[in-house]
Formats: sequence, C-alpha cells, structure tokens
Amino acid sequence: MVKKDLSVNFLGVKFENPFCLSSSPVGNCYDMCKKAYEVGFGGVVFKTIGPKSYFIDEVSPRFDKLDKESTGFVGFKNMEQIAEHPLEENLADLRRLKKEFPNKVLIASIMGNDEQTWEDLARLVTEAGADMLELNFSCPQMTSHAMGSDVGTSPELCRKYCAAVKRGSSLPVLAKMTPNITDMVPVALASLEGGADGIAAINTVKSVCNVDLNRYIGMPIVDGKSSISGYSGKAVKPIALRFLQQMRSDPRLKDLPISGIGGIETWEDAAEFILMGATTLQMTTSCMQYGYRVVEDMKNGLMHYMEEQGVDSLEQLVGRATENIIPAEELNRDYIVYPKIDEDKCVGCGRCYISCYDGAHQAMEWNEETRKPHCNTEKCVGCHLCALVCPVSAISKGEIKIKPGRKTKVEDVRV
Amino acid sequence: MDSKYLKELEPGFSPLTICEEASRCLLCHDAPCSQSCPAGTDPGKFIRSVRFRNFKGAAETIRENNILGGICARVCPTEKYCQLACSRCGIDKPIDIGRIQRYVTDMEDALDMKILEKPTEKKGKSVAVIGAGPGGLSVAGGLLLKGYDVEIFEKNDKLGGYLRYGIPEYRLPTHVVDKEIQRILDLGLVVHTGVTVGKDISMDELKQKFDAVVVGIGLSGGKWLPMFEGNPDVETAVSFLRRVKEAKGQVEIPDNVLVVGGGDVSMDTCTTLKLLGAKNVTAIVYEEYCEFKASQKELAGAREQNVSIYDGYIPTKVEGKTVTFQHRKIGSEITYTADKIILAVGQTLEADGLGLDFTRGEADSQNFRVGNSNVFVVGDISKNEEKSVVGAVKSAKFATAYIDAYLGGK
Repeated sequence: MVKKDLSVNFLGVKFENPFCLSSSPVGNCYDMCKKAYEVGFGGVVFKTIGPKSYFIDEVSPRFDKLDKESTGFVGFKNMEQIAEHPLEENLADLRRLKKEFPNKVLIASIMGNDEQTWEDLARLVTEAGADMLELNFSCPQMTSHAMGSDVGTSPELCRKYCAAVKRGSSLPVLAKMTPNITDMVPVALASLEGGADGIAAINTVKSVCNVDLNRYIGMPIVDGKSSISGYSGKAVKPIALRFLQQMRSDPRLKDLPISGIGGIETWEDAAEFILMGATTLQMTTSCMQYGYRVVEDMKNGLMHYMEEQGVDSLEQLVGRATENIIPAEELNRDYIVYPKIDEDKCVGCGRCYISCYDGAHQAMEWNEETRKPHCNTEKCVGCHLCALVCPVSAISKGEIKIKPGRKTKVEDVRV
Repeated sequence: MDSKYLKELEPGFSPLTICEEASRCLLCHDAPCSQSCPAGTDPGKFIRSVRFRNFKGAAETIRENNILGGICARVCPTEKYCQLACSRCGIDKPIDIGRIQRYVTDMEDALDMKILEKPTEKKGKSVAVIGAGPGGLSVAGGLLLKGYDVEIFEKNDKLGGYLRYGIPEYRLPTHVVDKEIQRILDLGLVVHTGVTVGKDISMDELKQKFDAVVVGIGLSGGKWLPMFEGNPDVETAVSFLRRVKEAKGQVEIPDNVLVVGGGDVSMDTCTTLKLLGAKNVTAIVYEEYCEFKASQKELAGAREQNVSIYDGYIPTKVEGKTVTFQHRKIGSEITYTADKIILAVGQTLEADGLGLDFTRGEADSQNFRVGNSNVFVVGDISKNEEKSVVGAVKSAKFATAYIDAYLGGK
C-alpha cells in the first residue's frame, strides 16, 4: 500500500493534498463542500460570492456536453454564473466549513462589480474564516459586462481590483484568469502588481458546444435560443497547459505560484499540471460527471507516481517540464527518426498506410497479400502519424538519420 | 403459450451499445470483413458509416449490396465469414457485425426508408422466377432493379420459402421477412402463389412466355431415413419447424423429444422445442464435435437452452419410440426412448417437371445457365459452395449478372 505525503505549501497555506474543488457548481453550498472534504479533497474553492446587489438568475437547462464515439463529456459547456445563494447564507456556510474542517483549506472566490464591492467582499469572506481568496476575473457567462471574463482581459481592471481586495484582506490572493485572451502574461503581471500572490488558470473557454440540427439553435436550448458560454473538461487540458507554460516561461513569472485548472480527470492529468508549474489543482467537470470520488484515484495514483519518480514531496515536481518546452525555432531539426514496425504486434488493419497516404508523405507501403505495412525511408519524413493511429502500439521510434550537412551526431539525439 | 419462441433471442444493440461496438472497429484499409462477405454486403463500409454517425448511409450500403440485408443480419453465420476475417481478432474478439447490420436495417425499417427505387427505364424483357426463397427473391429483386419485368411462381401460399417456413421466429421474426419481401414487391414484382411449376403450369410454357426462366427452388423437403418411415411418432424437422412457425408457437409439445441430426436445422429444432417448454430435448448427432455442421452460434444457442447433445452416433434400430444408436468409432450403444422423434438429417429436393438434371443436388449448369436454354438456376441448386441464405444471395447476384448479359444488358 503506497503511502506518500501529498501535502503542499501554497502561498503560505498548507494543503494536505493539492486537490481542490474549483469555484463552480460543485462547491455551491455547505453540504457539497463538506462531502468533498470528507471524500478527500485537500481544499475547496467555494462557489464565487458576488455583491449583494447583483441578482443571480439562472437559465434552464444550463449545461451541454461534447461526445466522441461512445465517450461522453469529452468537453462540457456550462452557463451557470456565480453563487445564487444570498450573501449571508454563503458567509454562514464558510464559517461553518472552517469551524468543522479546520485542517482543510477553504478558499473563498469572490467577484465584485467595482472597487468598493471587491474590497467589501474580501473583508466579509476573510471575517468568515477563509484561508485564501480567489478573484474571479474570468467567468465567461456573466450577464454583466462589468464582471467576469471581460475584467480578466483588462490589465488595468485586474490591477485595480487586486489592489482593492488587498485593502479589504491580508489573506493570500489568487487571480483566476480567463483563457479567452491571446496572452495571459500581461493580465497576470498586472494582477501581481495589484497585489495578487498567485494565479489560478484556466477558467472556461468561450464556446458553442453543439447545434440542434432540426431547430437550428445552439445547445442547450433556452426558450428557443442559446448563448456562448464556458467550455471545460478533458478537451481544454491542452489549452490550460499552454497558458501555464507561457506564464512560467516568461522571466518575470518564472516562479509564479499557480493553481492549475482545466480538464483534470486522472492522476496523470494532475501530474502534468504539476510538471507544468501548478502547485495546487482544481477540478469541476470530472466531479460533475463522476462525483467527488474521482479524487480517490487522483490521490492514490499520484502517490504511486511519486514513488516511481523517487520523490518525497510533490513540490519537487512542480514546474519540472517548463524548461523542456522551448520556442519552435530552438528545436533540433537536424534529424529524422524513422518508425519501427513490430510485425508480431501488428494486426494488419492498415490504418498506418491510410493515414500516411492521406495525411503524411505516402511512405508507408502496404502488402495486400500479407496485410503488413512497410516504411519506405526514401519518402518517410519521420512524422510518426503512423504510430499515433496504430491501435496496438506496434510502431515505435527506430533508426535515426541525420540530415545531410548537419552537425548533430546520432548518438547525441534523445528521441 | 410460451412467448419466448416469439421474441428474438439475441438482444439487439441500443444506441449506446452500437456506438461502443462500432468504436471497437479498427476501420481497416481494404477491410478483410468486406472481402469475406459472400453477399458483398461491405461491412467495412457500413460500420465506418455507423462510426461516423451516418446511420442512413449505412442502411444504403447494406440494402444496395444485399437485398436481404435485414435477414442476413440475423441468420448469417458471420463467424465463418466477415467476423472470422475481422482484424480485431488480433486484439481480442471480432466486431459483432451481424448485430450492427441488424441495428441499421431495423432503423431503416423504423424510418421507413425507401432505398431501392424502380428503374425509370424498362428493359422490355421478362423473366420468370420459380421459387420464392432467398435465392429466388434475391434474383427477382436484382433483375427488377435492372429494369426487367419479373414474375415469381411459388408453390406455397406466401413468399419467403425457408425464411418464412423454416427459420424459427426467435431467430428470424416473420415481420422482418414480410418487410424484406415487401421491398422487392415494391419494385414491381408480379406474384403467383399456390402455383407449382411442373404441375399447375408447365416449364415449357414459362420458357416460351418469358425471355428467361430462373429456377430458385431450395431443398424444401425433410429427408427421411428408411428405418423411420411410416413411424407415427416421427416427424421431419422441416415439417416440425414449419408447423410451429405457422402456428406462431401454438403447438403441442411433448415432454421428451429426441432429435436426430446436428446441423443448423437440428439446433433450431432443439432450441424451438426448449423455448416451447419441452422438458428434455436430446440431439444425437452423426458428426463428432470437431466436424459439427451447425454454426457455433446455433450450437451455443441450443446449449444455452440445456439441450443434451451426443456426438458421433448413428441410429441402428428403431422400435416405436425407442431408438438405438451406435457410436461410429467406439461402437458403444445408447438406447433412447422419447415421446416424439424428429429427424433433422438433411433436406430433399422437389424438382419434378422442371426438366433439370442434377449431380449431387446441384443442377447441371454453367455460369448459372442450363445448357444453351433460357433457363438459369440460383440458390441451393446452383453450383455454389455456400448452401445458406447468404450463399443464395451471393448466387443470385452472380446469376443476375449472367442473366442480364444473356438478355442483352450491359
């Protein structure tokens, strides 16, 4: 039975493990957060608390999903805004959670609509017992343009609101960023300048998930209409990791504390976020689809991974992959690595042949009699599309050829 | 009465499970399953359509390639053809192609799709088809689609042959047979039922009246072994299965039944008996397991119903309801007494008055044509390796092409 210490220290707060509910429908009330703590989450980010004056009025239905073949929830679309419960009720929930779970981390997500409300909310949730604040600069489906992701694209607003929050609270502050932006660095820097201590990324990606083919309406249908709203789940993981990389590889944000969010469903996803610079991890979609219990295998799987990697602290793994993602112009373009086909594993489906012809360089030859592929290295460019489509992993990396006139030596190539 | 007989035994796919099954497909290049379908139904193509959610396109592929696609989906021994060739066998088990085909053709029915259309141009030539089993129906459909005027002559009251009267309801529901036939009728088929060619109308008359005559009769009679002849407790499987199907299972079933034989017809008989409530059903079979004639699916189906099967025995003596068998190799004997004995030892041809000569059950012909006459053969009696529904469809496709060429088509 593997036993590893999953605890992390993040912005001066100790988490027994890095897994948190993200601020979303999954952490909407006391009962939900209580259950999440009991199932094993190290922290929760309570669903975003807004100003008293802002009336939350939700639509029905409010979710949609993208399927692929028999896999549901490849991606998930959500139209829900911030917490719909009255401010007093949310504050009471925070107080009760902190009292009953003093060793779990309670993060209060807030969203104001001007400097004063940001400051006031920060003060209120701090008084209620939160350990940390998360500023929601990123909800893409707010009904007010003074709130949500429109704020997160403006460095000026990010700076101003972070400063306002700092006036209302001395707790560590995370600014939660929107991916609906070309470059997250300017807004992250502005948030830090305003007083934020770290960044939570990413919120959801603006989307139209599906269209009803008979009624010509986006999904979900609300009285014959629909809206653009946030997309999440496994499908957005690559987008999230890219933003982490862009921030952490900027010299000004080299050691940026990050709470990673975006399609985390397995311990492997979690480990990827950690390697890309996240210290804590937040999740919603996987909990909405499968329940809080997903954390059990994330925790245990991550312990086994630590064991395999020979590390005793997760913090040793934080950001380890950052330096290995470099600009495209710096990659070694001196060699080709050819595919190696394991004929014993090959089941003769010919998918490599089809994909090489239609999607690559017509290098894979096909023997109609034996139903086996053969790579013509005269034509092969070493793109390895064949390996990606092979259903039985029969294609691996084989012989390396150095392009004429290049300096790299075969023995130095790390394929 | 027991309704188990009236319901399809094998559950169909649901929208969820068909997607899962189609996702298992490796989507092969030059798909081996398609190469292995005698009828050329092209499973590789229709499974790919399902995978990419083009269910209507899948139905078109099936129907255009196999006019009896909904029937073949249910009765084809796919384990010998497409599923044997399936590349997925190299990983775990083949794609359940038959069941995918069934889902798609059921959907085609549910949506009342009209895939096959009457040709706008007629050839102005006529063909008579004798026998409305799978071979006769397929060739009639094929010729109608090419623009010929086709009339079919069937000795029974209804079309379908063994599909209607032989294959049990739980395996091939009558409504499916009706639907498949209706599609061919919709192409303009002229039907003469209750007419036995050679008796009610002569072969010569047909040969003169029509530009071509296709004989598509099957092996419609049940074979008797001499020692059982005249025994009131013995019935042939062909007769039994027909009686049950026509009565929709409302027949009296004795407690203990002995079935002699081990092909698909025997397994159908055994399973039918069990589904209708027979307590003990025992099949005693000439072949040993390693040489069994029944398809794996039929054999497994009978076993699932707890049919007792003894392999390698031949009947040596019968006294009333008691039969003695001897093992072909080890010589040991078993004696079995039953309330009823059913013979499933093969089928016979009833081809009197058709002017055909036969060699080992196959009509003497070349490229489906009898000598230099305007007579062609199709189905069980044609030279064709597969004496099955899918074999009949295959022979009909070839025969259609040869007849078309003979009649001056392209």
